[in-house]
Amino acid sequence: MDSNSNFPLLRCVELTRELPAGPDSGKASIASSIRPKSGRSILSGVTFEVKAGAVLAVVGPSGSGKSTLLRLLNRLDEPTSGTVLLDGIDYRTIPARQLRRRVGMVTQRAYLFPGTVAENIAFGPRQVGSSLCSGNIEKMLGRVGLGGFAERSTSTLSGGEAQRVAITRALANSPELLLLDEPTSALDEAARDEVEKLLASLIREQNLTCVWVTHDPRQAARHADSVLRLEAGRLSAYGAVDDVLDLQIAGDGKASSAKEMKAGSGAIPQQSLGRADD
Amino acid sequence: MIERYFHSQLSQGAVECVVAALMALLVMAIAERRGVGLLRELPLAQLRGILQIVAVGAVLALLLRGPAWTSLIALAAMMLAAASIVRSRARLIRGSFLLALVSICAGAGSVLAVMIAAGILPLRITMLVPVGSMVIAQTMNMQSIFLDRFRGEVVSHTGEIESALALGASAETAVSIYLRAAYKASLIPSIDSIRSLGIVWIPGIMAGMVLSGASPVYAALYQFVVISIIFSAAALTCLTCSALVTGRIFNADEQLLLRP
Repeated sequence: MDSNSNFPLLRCVELTRELPAGPDSGKASIASSIRPKSGRSILSGVTFEVKAGAVLAVVGPSGSGKSTLLRLLNRLDEPTSGTVLLDGIDYRTIPARQLRRRVGMVTQRAYLFPGTVAENIAFGPRQVGSSLCSGNIEKMLGRVGLGGFAERSTSTLSGGEAQRVAITRALANSPELLLLDEPTSALDEAARDEVEKLLASLIREQNLTCVWVTHDPRQAARHADSVLRLEAGRLSAYGAVDDVLDLQIAGDGKASSAKEMKAGSGAIPQQSLGRADD
Repeated sequence: MIERYFHSQLSQGAVECVVAALMALLVMAIAERRGVGLLRELPLAQLRGILQIVAVGAVLALLLRGPAWTSLIALAAMMLAAASIVRSRARLIRGSFLLALVSICAGAGSVLAVMIAAGILPLRITMLVPVGSMVIAQTMNMQSIFLDRFRGEVVSHTGEIESALALGASAETAVSIYLRAAYKASLIPSIDSIRSLGIVWIPGIMAGMVLSGASPVYAALYQFVVISIIFSAAALTCLTCSALVTGRIFNADEQLLLRP
């Protein structure tokens, strides 16, 4: 790919996040005066970019900083140093709410709001005073296989259904960039398969730009254009899927190359669940 | 002559205290035999309690001789003490002392001022200090419940709150249902006590007025006035607190600071 012909939608420069020096626990005044001012760094100096329409997978073991990285990208957390350029503009100059509307997020658990499915989907647009008509909501639900679910209470949904509502809710804001934080890892096997296929087809159809965090290198190989691997908060590998993931898969003792996996992405091999890392 | 009367009343009070304390100890001794007592803790707690209340009595004795405005100093001191107790309930919320103090002043302070201005609460130390202390105490209790509940709701719903933020919601919108839940929870005990007034409990003021010879019916009506003052003050305090607390758990970029 020619990097000059295609302007990166997202560019992260030396993103660093340190744990804030622990909240004043009151009694331990002596200990806290000894403790250094800057905390342990959970992400240090991570630099990468994502072109419009591309999918970047972020892989790495639990606690390597994958979720932290995503939380920095929509400014749920603040980088200690470094910054993010969204469409060439330093994201700290964009008001937080506006930024978060442009950078959608789907987390491991759906975290739907109490109420109906339709209310959840209309939530994002409502924040800027626009309302989705019921026909639109029904169309969006139909697209994710939940036709007729609009008036269902969110408390009655299965895990897979809830996650599909969460995806629809995030897309209702028409984000330029979609952050996926292990969107399938809290689901049972059947739902995991469905949601992964749904995401893949939505990405293809709507030409979505994504940063997809996963602990499963096979999932990364199936969907990503490039891969970034984090280890202990540092970028340990970054590049084309084959270059990064061959190492990983070889490390797993599997001989298949990432390219083969992507080619044969019909069948989804299952991998035992790692611990959630947030 | 007053000294002599005071002296005899004092010794009578001391004897009554000893009898009451012994009764409590006896009950605890029975409980201890059944393996559920806290016998060792009780005498110390009793000692602390009696020293505190006697100290307060002594301060009141001094105050009662002073001019009316000294009661305002007493009320201000109570508000400071109440705010510092509320703070201990709201540790993870930054600036909670100031938050509590501002809320108490806005709620309890303004309601007391209105009642004084309307002439319902006479500007006399013997009225202002006891009624004021009840108002402030109840305000403190409700605010503690409010902040404790709110903190609990926020900490156990960080996922939902951050999902709302991630969809472009304001901090106020993201926590609004948890604010409402906490507000409701803080009002329930007070509403229950208004509902059960006289049936389940005859509160302090009425008991005091009846003991000192006032007509029980007038005492009852006045008690209702006091309870209403207390309720308005406490509800207004929590309302102020709920308006201010959101700003304390988010920063200017609407990032949630209060995390488990």
